[in-house]
Amino acid sequence: MLQYLALAAILFAIGVFGVLTRRNAIGILMSLELMFNAANINLVVFNKYIGPDNLIGQIFALFVVVIAAAEAVVGLAIVLLLYRNWRGIDVDHINIMKW
Amino acid sequence: MLEHAYFIPFYPLIAFLVIIFFTRWKEKLSAGIAISMILLAFVHSVFVLIAMLGRHGHPLELSMPFIEHPALKLELGMWIDGLTAVMLMVVTIVSACVHIYSLGYMHNDPRWSRYFSYLCLFTFSMLGLVIANNFFMIFIFWELVGLTSYLLIGFWFEKKSASDAGKKAFITTRIGDLGFIVGLLILTFYVGTLNYQEVFAKVQSGAISGGLLAAAGIFIFCGAVGKSAQFPLHVWLPDAMEGPTPVSALIHAATMVAAGVYLVARGMTLFAGSATASMVIASIGLITSFMAATIALTQNDIKRVLAYSTVSQLGYMIMALGLYGVDLAHGHHTAGYVAGTFHLMTHAFFKALLFLGAGSVIHAVHTNDINFMGGLSRKMKTTTITFFIASLSIAGIFPLSGFWSKDEIVASTTGHPFFMVVTLLIAFMTAFYMFRLCFLTFTGEPRDKERFDHAHESPKTMTGPLTVLAFLAIFAGWVGLPWLHHGFSSFVYHDVVHHAGPNYVLMIVSTIVAVSGIGLAYAVYYKKAISADALADRFKLLYKISFNKWYIDEIYDAVIIKPLLGFTKVLWWFDANIIDGLVNLMGWLTVKWADLKMWFDKYIIDGIVNGLGYICMAGSWAVKFMQSGSLQFYALMVMAAAIGIMLYRVTSIGFYFYLIGLVIVALLSVLVKMTRSDRVDAEPNIEG
Repeated sequence: MLQYLALAAILFAIGVFGVLTRRNAIGILMSLELMFNAANINLVVFNKYIGPDNLIGQIFALFVVVIAAAEAVVGLAIVLLLYRNWRGIDVDHINIMKW
Repeated sequence: MLEHAYFIPFYPLIAFLVIIFFTRWKEKLSAGIAISMILLAFVHSVFVLIAMLGRHGHPLELSMPFIEHPALKLELGMWIDGLTAVMLMVVTIVSACVHIYSLGYMHNDPRWSRYFSYLCLFTFSMLGLVIANNFFMIFIFWELVGLTSYLLIGFWFEKKSASDAGKKAFITTRIGDLGFIVGLLILTFYVGTLNYQEVFAKVQSGAISGGLLAAAGIFIFCGAVGKSAQFPLHVWLPDAMEGPTPVSALIHAATMVAAGVYLVARGMTLFAGSATASMVIASIGLITSFMAATIALTQNDIKRVLAYSTVSQLGYMIMALGLYGVDLAHGHHTAGYVAGTFHLMTHAFFKALLFLGAGSVIHAVHTNDINFMGGLSRKMKTTTITFFIASLSIAGIFPLSGFWSKDEIVASTTGHPFFMVVTLLIAFMTAFYMFRLCFLTFTGEPRDKERFDHAHESPKTMTGPLTVLAFLAIFAGWVGLPWLHHGFSSFVYHDVVHHAGPNYVLMIVSTIVAVSGIGLAYAVYYKKAISADALADRFKLLYKISFNKWYIDEIYDAVIIKPLLGFTKVLWWFDANIIDGLVNLMGWLTVKWADLKMWFDKYIIDGIVNGLGYICMAGSWAVKFMQSGSLQFYALMVMAAAIGIMLYRVTSIGFYFYLIGLVIVALLSVLVKMTRSDRVDAEPNIEG
């Protein structure tokens, strides 16, 4: 079980790193997907090892996949609009919502 | 008619109201209303007199309660007895004569209607005063008389001397009225009623006596002193000559000054209850009479001589009434009461005649100064004859009315030798100054040719009343002939009827006195056998005292008016400097205190508020850089927070790590952002 959890943790850390460091908005979205999947792995693993009789964890993971797809749609729509307005998707440039 | 005698005062009141409110612009109509109403009052008075004669002077009282309380009873009512009936006659006759006379005297006056309305109000006040049945009512009408006399004396108010005289009359009589009201308060307090008969009953039953009664009597007498121009409040009457002459006649004969004598006669039981009060009254009367007579000797203003003559005669009446009170207090009934009221009546007629005659003279020569007259008998027959009749009457020559009444006054001094001597001396002086006036005015050569040439007899409206009054001046006294047992004395009786039989010795003595006074005047001013100037030089001091009216006005000026003015100046200074200074100081202090508070508000309170604001601004300035707008920075913060929370759960230092980390991150972000602020941010391209 530890191996799975470690995998999830590594995957999550990679996702975080990606979110924090990528300049490309698409890249950030992709890193976010990694973090979702890390969480999914955790859900499935805990379901398997702690309460294999019910399927709450797995069903939850399925929900997450669906919601993530919806989130990706929204995120990509935002990115598309960003591109249209800024002619670029470098998040360093997109800081108009500051003080 | 008798039961409705209370209506008599209302006739002139109605005339007054109608004139003032409706007919002011129609002068002839106004005068007509006034005269017809007065004549109505006169006719009614005649009926009342006849009815009273039928009752042999048995009094009638009608009253309407006004306030009924054990401690105080006030009422409106009328009390008719012989004295009232006589006074009603006197007032209405003289008033009617004055009204008619004024038609001629006041012609072309711009305030003609107002003049007649005032005369009516004056007559109303006096009639009300006469008919009243209690001291409360008499006081009301008393004040009304004072008001109207003020209005009439100052009628020609454009003249400063006239308006001053009006004020003087009002204020001087007001001093007496203060005494009157104090007396009334004493009565209300100790007797509880002001009705004449009830007060008298209480006095006779001894409910109020001794010093208290004397005080009440003397205080009430103060009112009479003011109104009847007795020493020391006589100063207003000579000045009141500034009013129109018919008004002077009215004031001097029938109304104003008669009110005081009437009050003393009416309140006789009260005054007689105290020998002290009566003695005060008699003494004041004597002093006044003597002083006024001496002053009248040397005056050159025709009206002023008559004014002092009035004061002197009023003193006579007051003295006679006072002596009656003294005798009554000692248990004797003497002639004084009858003498006083009798003289009041006869004097009213001949003094009105004298004043109206003087008015006629003034109308002709347009001056009051007898130095500019002389020889007028050639031009003014009626005036001269009537004036001489009145003078003979006031001098006390048989058988004119003044003879009988003066005789009674002299008779009333029986038992008081000093009073008798002075009274005879006054009678002598009266005869002298009256005939000095007559001779200087009507006989001899005219001293002012121009004025003499323009002089003419007055119109019928003026000589008519003169004739009527001349008849009265002759015959009115006959109702009190000493041979009549049911004459005046039994009609106006007071207490017990006292009838003095004829006293031939007194008659002869007083006639000798009067004739010698006239003879001296004849010698000095007609024959010029004795030079008046030489006499004046001979008795220079006496002449000066007399000519300057005993310096009473000057004394008042020096003793009362000057110190009063000085005192008011001191008070003014005190007001202007001390009081105002204090007020201004308080104001200055308040302003300064407000300044101080303003400074405190501005710098301390506002400073705190603004300081808090600045602190907030500074703090927020430092913190605002955390909101960088950078998505990844926010994510980093979230991560840091999550890590911090996890560390906190695992170790105890996590919380501090979290805080320190937060601060470090904030500072870092500030630094980062400030160093990168040179970077050109992408401009939003808003195209849709």
